[in-house]
Formats: sequence, structure tokens, C-alpha cells
Amino acid sequence: MTAAALAATVTDPEMPMVTLADLGIIRDVREGDGGVVVTITPTYSGCPAMDEIRADLTRVLRDAGYPRVEVRTALTPAWTTDWITADGRRKLAAAGIAPPGPAPRRPAGPVPLVLGRRRAVACPRCGHADTEQIAEFSATACRELRRCPACREPFEHVKEI
Amino acid sequence: MSFDAAYESLTDHEDDARWAYGTGFADPLAGVPTAVPDGLDRADLTAVCLMLGDDALILSHRLQQWVTRAPELEDELAVANIALDLLGQARLLLARAGEAEGTGRGEDDLAYLRDAAQFRNVRLVERADADFAHLVARLLVFATWRLALLDRLTGTRDPVLAAVGAKGVKEVTYHREYAAQWVIRLGDGTEESHRRMQDALDAVWPLVDELFRPHEVELRLGLDVAALRPEFDGVLTQVAEAATLRLPAPAGGAGARGRDGEHAAALDEVLTEMQQLARSIPGGVW
Repeated sequence: MTAAALAATVTDPEMPMVTLADLGIIRDVREGDGGVVVTITPTYSGCPAMDEIRADLTRVLRDAGYPRVEVRTALTPAWTTDWITADGRRKLAAAGIAPPGPAPRRPAGPVPLVLGRRRAVACPRCGHADTEQIAEFSATACRELRRCPACREPFEHVKEI
Repeated sequence: MSFDAAYESLTDHEDDARWAYGTGFADPLAGVPTAVPDGLDRADLTAVCLMLGDDALILSHRLQQWVTRAPELEDELAVANIALDLLGQARLLLARAGEAEGTGRGEDDLAYLRDAAQFRNVRLVERADADFAHLVARLLVFATWRLALLDRLTGTRDPVLAAVGAKGVKEVTYHREYAAQWVIRLGDGTEESHRRMQDALDAVWPLVDELFRPHEVELRLGLDVAALRPEFDGVLTQVAEAATLRLPAPAGGAGARGRDGEHAAALDEVLTEMQQLARSIPGGVW
């Protein structure tokens, strides 16, 4: 397996049903001189999983025989949920987490305050087209908590960012 | 894939980075290119990173104090996550300040070992919230101001400051929306919630003018906070109208400058709590 393929197998510590590749966290993998340099990007500024992710990547590559592993961080361009792959979205939905829709397009000028409803989020369990928000943030900064009026189940939704 | 794998990885004790989730805090700028661009004054860059980092650090601490005390579990999680976003921004900014300063101070040294007079946050972030209405009033003011400010940073010459600005804009957009929704819900609510929400807005307003007072260091880096006022006023007016609240009259007056280290006793309360453990065990690690 190439270093890139190996790095792509590492799962997200918070959502182990998806890999770092699925989430678009891995920006670059470069092999050379017996070593590997992996460049990753943090999702949210305060994401507490970044050290775990660095440790996992280092361990997986060292175990595969690469003597030198360096994990670099790229802060730009800023991570966006648009980088989550189609495969990643499918896996999230299968695990009962509603995947994000397209990230909002920012108009020129100040960021507008949106007070009305955001786009509809379908229930990942029963498919009902419209659901309501319970909480803006749930167990992690990246997800909101929602409720389906049809099947009455709560579920999480990865917020578009 | 079973969820047991996540639990196993947490208890798998091969190295310190994972013995407890979220510990082993390596440098948040690990592996980020660190060169300071030519011609950029390092002292100015250090100062601006401290200003914006301290704003986030101190408010994060005040928000964290609501954990176990929030009125609803969902809002406890929301406030904790907002605090976490801000703490992440603070770590990046303080780490950058240490690098630009070049004397070997890292984020921990700056967070735990500076005295109050060396902090450069605005006074808005220092006080405890008297109740939940005060929390959302202050958060609305802070997030609206910070969002406009971070948005201006994306064009700045320092690549790390620009990157923090770009990421921060997306996160603070959600913080602002959370606060606005609550201000509206409470303002356009019962007689009691309306009264208390108006009181909270009146109480936070004297601290607003300081946010838009230009500082020479910021100006040298191309950041004029006075230019943010129209955007701020627009958003606050929009929210106040929806909330059936009255925006307080401008408070005016010069007042103390948090940006220059003039702080209220409230900051001492925060620092005593935040710094006590690190100061009592010099060089200690988890």
C-alpha cells in the first residue's frame, strides 16, 4: 500500500465510520528519502481530535515501515464540508447522521445574519423531507441536533461550513 | 465498523497523546509554515495576535463557567462548543504571538504566566454573565464584532493571521446566529423575558464603544476597527427589531482601554481560576 492509501484508511476519532480521506482532512501525502510528509487541515479551530489524528497517522505509517513520518498542518484554504466525499456522505447517512448539503455561498460584503429557516434537512432514518432543529451544537462543534416529526427520532446533522 | 474501535483507541495507551482524549496538547501550529513575512513588524504582529487571542481566551473561560449551570442541556452543549471554537482560535493566535515575539514563549507561557496588566483583551469579555440573557447579549455583541473583524483579517499579510481569520469567520457566523436567535426568543417572549433581555442589553452597551476605538498597532497592520461599526449597527438593529427590543443610546466617554492593559477586577477573577494550577506547579505536564 502506498503511504497515501495508508493515510486514507485512518478513521476519524469522533466518527469512526468515516476516514480522514472521506472528510477531506488529508490535503497531501508525499513520500521521499524513506520518509513521509502528510499535510492535514483542521476542521474547526478548537477541534480536540487533531492530536489524536496526528498520532494515528504517525503510528499507521511507522507500523507500515516508514522510518520518518512528519505531519504538517495547513490552515489555508480553510476546511469546508464541501470537501467531504460522496462516499463519506453515504457512510454518515448509513450511520444515522444527516450529511451536510452544499456549503453556503458567501455574497460579496459583510456576512448576512440569516434568521429565517436554513435549508431543509431530511431524516436519515425514515427519509421524511423536513425536520426541526433541537440544538445548534450537539456532541461536537461540527454537528447540530435535530428531530424528525414523522418518526419522532432525534439525529445529528453535520452542519454546512 | 463497530463503535468499540473508538473506545479501544482511547484506552490503548501507547503514547501520551492519547491516554486521555484531548490531552497531549501539541503545538497547535505544529507543521504550519512559520516564517514571518519580510517587512512585517514582529512586535506589531505579536501585539495584534495577543489582542485577538486574549479576547477569545478570556471569553472562552467565561463561557466555560456555564458548564453544569446552563438552563437546558442543549444550550450547555452549544455554549461549551462555542467556548471550544474560541479556545481553538486563542491557541492558534497565542502560539503565533509567541513565534512572532521570538523569545521562546509558547501558548502556555502566554496564557498562564502573564499578569492581568499584560493581557490585551477588550473589557467586554471580562465580566461574568449575571444570567442567561446577559450571556446571549454579550455573545451577540462579541460575535457580531468579531465576525466583522476576522473578515477584515483575511487580507492581512501574515499568513497565519489571515488563515485564522478565514476559519474564524465560518465558526463565528454560527456563534452570532445562536446568540441572535436567543435574543429574539427572549426579547419577543414573555413580559419577564422581555424585561430581563432589555436589562441585559442595557448592561452590556457601555462596553460596546471600546470595540470600535482604533488602536495604532492595529492600524499599522491595516486593521481599522472603527470601520466595522456600520456593519455591527446594522446587525444589532436587525436583531433588536425582531426581538422588539430598544437599542440603548450610545454610551460615549473614553473609559479604560483593555487593549493597553487597563482591566477591571473581573479579569483578575478569570486569571486566578485559569492560571492557578499552572502557576502552582511550574513546568508541570499532564
